[in-house]
Amino acid sequence: MSVPFVEIPDREYVLPGTRTCAGCGLTLAYRYILKALGPKVIITLPACCLTILHGIYPKTPVAVNALNTTFASTAASASGLVAGLKATGQNDYVVVGMAGDGGTFDMGIQALSGAAERQTDFIYICYDNEAYMNTGVQRSSATPEGAITTTTPVEPKQQPKKDFLAIMEAHKLPYMATCCSAYPRDIYEKLSKAKNIRGTRFIHLYVPCPPGWGFPTNKTVEIGRIAVETGVVVLFEIEDGKLRLTGRSLTMARSGRKRPVDEYLKLQGRFKKMTPEQIASFQKDVDERWEQYLRRAEI
Amino acid sequence: MKGYFLRARGEKVEQYQIITGNQAAALGAKLCRVQVVAAYPITPQSKIPEVLAEYVERGELKAEFVRVESEHSALTVCISASIVGARAFTATAANGLAYMHEQLHWAAGARVPIVMPVTNRGLGAPWTILNDMQDSLSQRDTGWIQFYCINNQEVLDHVIMGYRVAETVHLPVMVCYDGFRLSHTVMPVNVPSQELVDQYLPPKKPPYSLDPENPININPVVMGELIPGVDGKLWPDYMSIRRRMQKAHEGALEIILQAGKYFGELFGRTYDTPFTKYKTEDASAVFLTMGSLTSEAMEAVDALRKEGIRIGVIGLRVFRPFPAKELAEVLSGLEKVIVVEKAISYGYETPLATETKAAIYSFGTSPYSLIWSWVVGLGGKDVKPRDLVGICNAVFHNAPRERPLWWHEEEYTYERAVC
Repeated sequence: MSVPFVEIPDREYVLPGTRTCAGCGLTLAYRYILKALGPKVIITLPACCLTILHGIYPKTPVAVNALNTTFASTAASASGLVAGLKATGQNDYVVVGMAGDGGTFDMGIQALSGAAERQTDFIYICYDNEAYMNTGVQRSSATPEGAITTTTPVEPKQQPKKDFLAIMEAHKLPYMATCCSAYPRDIYEKLSKAKNIRGTRFIHLYVPCPPGWGFPTNKTVEIGRIAVETGVVVLFEIEDGKLRLTGRSLTMARSGRKRPVDEYLKLQGRFKKMTPEQIASFQKDVDERWEQYLRRAEI
Repeated sequence: MKGYFLRARGEKVEQYQIITGNQAAALGAKLCRVQVVAAYPITPQSKIPEVLAEYVERGELKAEFVRVESEHSALTVCISASIVGARAFTATAANGLAYMHEQLHWAAGARVPIVMPVTNRGLGAPWTILNDMQDSLSQRDTGWIQFYCINNQEVLDHVIMGYRVAETVHLPVMVCYDGFRLSHTVMPVNVPSQELVDQYLPPKKPPYSLDPENPININPVVMGELIPGVDGKLWPDYMSIRRRMQKAHEGALEIILQAGKYFGELFGRTYDTPFTKYKTEDASAVFLTMGSLTSEAMEAVDALRKEGIRIGVIGLRVFRPFPAKELAEVLSGLEKVIVVEKAISYGYETPLATETKAAIYSFGTSPYSLIWSWVVGLGGKDVKPRDLVGICNAVFHNAPRERPLWWHEEEYTYERAVC
């Protein structure tokens, strides 16, 4: 980003006492998301790990207004909040729909596509931990090829990850961006920016998951960083069709340095069955995508 | 939809319009000043969102119209809009209603006062767009209040009454009426003035307001046992929350009848009973019906009475909460109750017959009436008054059966005793 130093507010909206797993990448990111959005926000969330984070009635460790909804309906619920707030003259709330990869890539795609096509004025955040983690690590369409999950236990997933960013870009959104929980300042900056844009804004947030991916709980930030430094995750934002690399991805592009994907894969139990051929193929895909982003960013 | 004026009754000038059931439903929503409309078109309901879209685009109704991509989303939009304080409206039918099923439970559980017309239509497979009541009756246990309308006047009136009831008891309301038979048939409807409707239905008061300094989490995860809060006080568990819903339903009938009585005071059409009675005073038998079938039954009763059969009609208007006590009372002492219904609970009988038997068992006085369960008119098969005459004759000449009887099959196999 162009601003070298951003002051992040001290006020916390994610209070102690969340029910997420130890080392949860989502919790790290959510702190900065809510700091960027501020108190005048309504979050709508389906059945997912975020529901667990929000806690159990009658207590919640999240200090903003929130509404729980059903699995397939996050974006429709956000549409209803936008309409209801407008109709009742409560005009200064930011509406945010936030769901996991299952609630976005899979079951929620219809409602999200519908809301995005209508250019509904809200921020949609998909936190992607690459499987149905809330129900115990079952395969999703966001699970990468070669990963072991509880529904691909013997023969790891055979199909590549769904290119959801391309699907969302096809909706011609005013703003979309990728983030990773290992880079909180990048998250804060992008959410602060998204907050002031009108229309459907889509944020893809990459969150490492220790129990689901099979790495120690103290390695969440490290895994997130390696994901970006290997190019598995690319940090960028797209405004009016123009793609710009940001943060670590931008410095990597400038320096030309990118670590091999093997460094990322070998740290995680879920990839232990990958063959050298599969790793080579994974590397090829990552390289191709990286080149494509470099071209689009004109670097 | 141009209105014309009929004679003045006292000081009040009544406006009649010749409109379809769907136009009546949309007009009802407009008179209720709904603030958010979200609907997905499905035959035979499609005209409702079309008319409302026109009202909104012409500036006749100040509302947010969300053109959703599915029925699941339509109801979701209404739930969320309602939770932040708006009066929300949607409408559906058949497979659209079934597609909403998850959200029907969610709306009732979230206690949002949504009103939703359902233009009753048969459920696929096989495909049909024509009328029966399988769709809404199979949503019986979702926690919604269910009204069934005889004619287009009742459609308009029940949308208006629906909001008053829903916003009092905090439960969503379905206004069910027969697809095509009412949804697409024009008839004269007395349209109340906006001023009177405003008097009947004040602006919606949400039970809580959003406050960023005192934020809340709505519909979170609950546990199976009472839960201590930060203050050590015990808070309801899932079962206590469900029990509150049941209590709200148990108290709702009184609210419904009060709303119907007050409606009568303002608009001249009183709905102070949960059913319509026709020629029941001296009757030894009745047809028990719902929806537009009640009109056909009334004609059949006129014909049967000419033959000397003392029969009447009970047209049930309120199906949930079920007016078991009231119904059992009115059926007490009758020899025969002929339940004629456009639905079947597979593996047993028509749902209304089961409910009626239960009501009589719980609240009836001896001797119990004999109850027949007749299935008619599934998937739009026409039910004429003469079919009901045939059913009555079959009942009077045969013993009740364990199994439900299917008229349109039976009319060929039964001894043609009379007809």
